[in-house]
Amino acid sequence: MNEERYQKLKEIVKIYLPEDVSVEDISMESHFINELNINSANLVDIVLDVEDAFDIMLENEDMDQMQTVMDALQIIEKKLTVK
Amino acid sequence: MGRRVVITGLGVCAPNGIGLTDFTRALQKGKSGVRFQPRLAELKFGCQIAAEPLVPDNLVEKYFTPLQLRGLNASGLVYGVIAGTDAWNDAGLKPNTGESPDWDSGIIFGTGILGVDKFRESIHLVDGQNVRRLGSTTVLQTMASGISAYLGGILGCGNQVTTNSSACTTGTEGILMAFDRITAGKAERMLAGSCSDSGPYVWGGFDAMRILPRQYNDNPTKASRPMSASAAGFVPGSGAGALVLESLDSALARGAKIYAEVLGGAVNSGGQRGDGTMTAPNSEAVQHCITEAILHSGIEKSDIDVINGHLTATSKDALEIENWSEALNRSGTDFPFINSFKGLFGHCLAAAGSIECVGALLQFQEKEVFGNVNCEDVHSEIEKHISASRIPRKTEKFIPKIIAKASFGFGDVNACVIFAAFND
Repeated sequence: MNEERYQKLKEIVKIYLPEDVSVEDISMESHFINELNINSANLVDIVLDVEDAFDIMLENEDMDQMQTVMDALQIIEKKLTVK
Repeated sequence: MGRRVVITGLGVCAPNGIGLTDFTRALQKGKSGVRFQPRLAELKFGCQIAAEPLVPDNLVEKYFTPLQLRGLNASGLVYGVIAGTDAWNDAGLKPNTGESPDWDSGIIFGTGILGVDKFRESIHLVDGQNVRRLGSTTVLQTMASGISAYLGGILGCGNQVTTNSSACTTGTEGILMAFDRITAGKAERMLAGSCSDSGPYVWGGFDAMRILPRQYNDNPTKASRPMSASAAGFVPGSGAGALVLESLDSALARGAKIYAEVLGGAVNSGGQRGDGTMTAPNSEAVQHCITEAILHSGIEKSDIDVINGHLTATSKDALEIENWSEALNRSGTDFPFINSFKGLFGHCLAAAGSIECVGALLQFQEKEVFGNVNCEDVHSEIEKHISASRIPRKTEKFIPKIIAKASFGFGDVNACVIFAAFND
């Protein structure tokens, strides 16, 4: 997995973490809602930030599949490959 | 007679002062918050001046989390959260940090329209077929009740949390709604307040109605002239004011500082009948509202020693004075002191009632009646009813016992609240 993209994604996710979750708690397997306790409403904002940061566009089904950090990185990689 | 209700906290984000210290000093010294607005000039407004709070970025960061600040583009929401949070702290209350809501505390925080700039952003995105780019907070920033919702979350209130809206009556009406809820025993304390957005999209409609002054663009601090013969229309404003209303029992039990007691008040409508229209008040209704407020408060007309008027600096000021004079059956030198703070910060629309109530209440604490500015030339129609000596042109030492505050709004709606110096 591309380390640079992983770090970039962590930077994006950081602001959405609740007070009691730190950026060190993020791992590849982290589930955004169940483990990182991110407000589900904010997932749409993470998607928009990812689009801006990687200059890609995510479809509705990509959003539905984006449950974990790993999911997000795979979707990003897929989009960047077809670009 | 219901339970007694007192004011235990105040907060303000006004064009001429943010926070009680600066705002109090501004009212005492006659410091103006009216400024030239380059943006209104660029947009070819007739009136290119306005009064808006100057909120530094590092101040906003104290009230909002970095996440809340992302994409935040709702000025009224910023003003309201600052004023509301400050009032809560001023009352010696802390945001609820527990897992359970505070069932005894509620919020009535009004507005006319919220998040106008955010709404404009959304309109562009939607029209550009980019609805998916709106993000998660567009709704929260543009729903009218966004302000009470944000404050409700910050403070953790579990009683009624709502937003009222009645044009320029909003702030004063909210105080009476909060008062009713506490006297009815349904809440122990209520944060009451109101806010109004800044900017051309809020103020444009008033410019189009040609009710804003156009000849003071290069002399902004002189533009807002309540009760003056040279009054030329109201200066558009924005901001927020907030008050903590509390049952006397709760305030005493907490050992809280008490600014004043809320004796009562009245709200009504002129029904857009008689001389009332969508934009002009029905004098019969205004007088009825004042009379009802006095009756409801259990005081005599002669007990009122200070009035803080609605007095926007239009041709209707003289009519308002006549209505007060008729309703109180007092005239000449027998009339109470009267002031309008709009000379200093224009007409803050939905926020006017709450900001002005905060100012009116500070007069109890300061033992002063704050001065009026820009009315060296009191309108001759006003002097037919009251002595000009009742219109203090600068802040005077005075110990108010009972202050009446009224606000009137588009839609022919009125509110009048009666505050009294607290003594047990």
